[in-house]
Amino acid sequence: MSTAAVSEEPHVALDGVIRQYDGPPAVHALGPIDLAIRRGEFFSVVGPSGCGKSTLLDVLCGLARPTSGSVRFEGRELHGEVPDGIGVVFQEDASMPWLSVRQNVAFGLRTSNLSPKEVAERVDHAVSFMGLAQFAGHYPAQLSGGMRQRVCIARTLVLRPRLILLDEPFGALDQQTRLLMGDELLRLWCETGATVLLITHALDEAAMLSDRVGVMSARPGRFIDMVETGWPRNRDSRIVSDPEFGTVTARLWSSLREESLKTMGRAA
Amino acid sequence: MTRRLAALLVRIAVLAGLVATLEICCRTGIIDPLTVIPPSDMVASMIDHVGSGEFNEGIVNTFSTIVLAFVLAIGCGTLAGALIHRSLRLRDVADPLLASYYSVPTFIFYPLLVALLGLGKAPLVVLGVLSAAPAVMISTLSGLDGVSPVLLKLARVQRLSPARTLWWIVLPAALPRLFSGFKLALSYALIGVIAGEFILSGSGLGYAISFAYQSFDNRAMYGLMLFVLLAAVIANGVLYVWEGRLARRRSNG
Repeated sequence: MSTAAVSEEPHVALDGVIRQYDGPPAVHALGPIDLAIRRGEFFSVVGPSGCGKSTLLDVLCGLARPTSGSVRFEGRELHGEVPDGIGVVFQEDASMPWLSVRQNVAFGLRTSNLSPKEVAERVDHAVSFMGLAQFAGHYPAQLSGGMRQRVCIARTLVLRPRLILLDEPFGALDQQTRLLMGDELLRLWCETGATVLLITHALDEAAMLSDRVGVMSARPGRFIDMVETGWPRNRDSRIVSDPEFGTVTARLWSSLREESLKTMGRAA
Repeated sequence: MTRRLAALLVRIAVLAGLVATLEICCRTGIIDPLTVIPPSDMVASMIDHVGSGEFNEGIVNTFSTIVLAFVLAIGCGTLAGALIHRSLRLRDVADPLLASYYSVPTFIFYPLLVALLGLGKAPLVVLGVLSAAPAVMISTLSGLDGVSPVLLKLARVQRLSPARTLWWIVLPAALPRLFSGFKLALSYALIGVIAGEFILSGSGLGYAISFAYQSFDNRAMYGLMLFVLLAAVIANGVLYVWEGRLARRRSNG
């Protein structure tokens, strides 16, 4: 496990990315977007509902091709396929109800060339890391929503991704659980040294977790503000009591308010 | 005592009560024993007739036909369901046909099937498949519709091939609904084959029951009826227990 700090080298880069959906009616969902996420950075994206945050994630990981522009991961251009080294955690529950927690986590390694011993080691580590050791034999239906989401994160972790994309993974959880899951996410980020991109609609979550937050406009989504938080790398949810936290959150809201009103069809 | 066990005991008690009532009614003459024989006689007759071996060929014929129809219905029904699921246009055409399929009495086609395929196993198998396959098609469509899109997205993120996506994600996710279709298919295949034998066939358990009925051999008729009933209940019971295990794992363990 690495604890490497953020480097200036771009890990993922979007250059003039536009995403349109064919009609009728044709929808211009995203862009143009130019963005460089640094290696080891914790980057969050906030924006009004329907602004194209999830579309951005799909384009970033290769699930969707940009209509124009290019996406580069570790210097290589993506062409509509998810490359090795990217792990995705979705907003919806993506645990498999027919598999136990352990089998769900090991699912990520079914196509790997690892020996059974190595698979077992990685799975044990991921299960313990996410605090699921005593539930390893349980099935998802026996777990809470937060625990099921931890299973999905553990399944991503065993792949040892260099880029972790999270699409509102705590959207269905209560506030306390979100704060605690945020702590676990920060611990995971520190230990793995991976680059993290978090899509969220919660400004406090973005402010608490991120090195940098990108604020998106109403559709078609573009970045209208970039907020550097300046938090130390070893941080946790207690950062919310830092006076600077309020300043960061306030700036995010002031950038976002007008765009949210546009989404609701009202003038600022 | 668990709720499931309590329900099972009540079910058994109700059934035992009905059988006991029928036994008493037959023994006391409330029901004419020429019309219905007492259940204890039915059991004795079943043991006599099945145990004697005189119906062995018919039993093997009937059950092999049912199994063949069941397996073919699962194969054809699943394949057809999957094809319809892939094509929106095919779906638009097939949906109303499938919804109204069971209002068509498929037995009326039996003479046509005999004319086309001759006497023997083939028309019975086709009749069984015609009865059972639509249930499998409907459950396949429902099962595939129910596969969570996020799991299919996960398959793409994990770079699974189409075959692995089908085997590792789609089939297990759709299995509970597929299983409901398989259970129905077994019942429909059994009904189709036995009824087919009853109407026109010259062999099998359905024919034996029909022959006993026409010969006024009530004892043999009821014994064989009970045997068919028991076989159907046991086969369905096995699938029911299996389905229950699957469902429990996915609900609350």
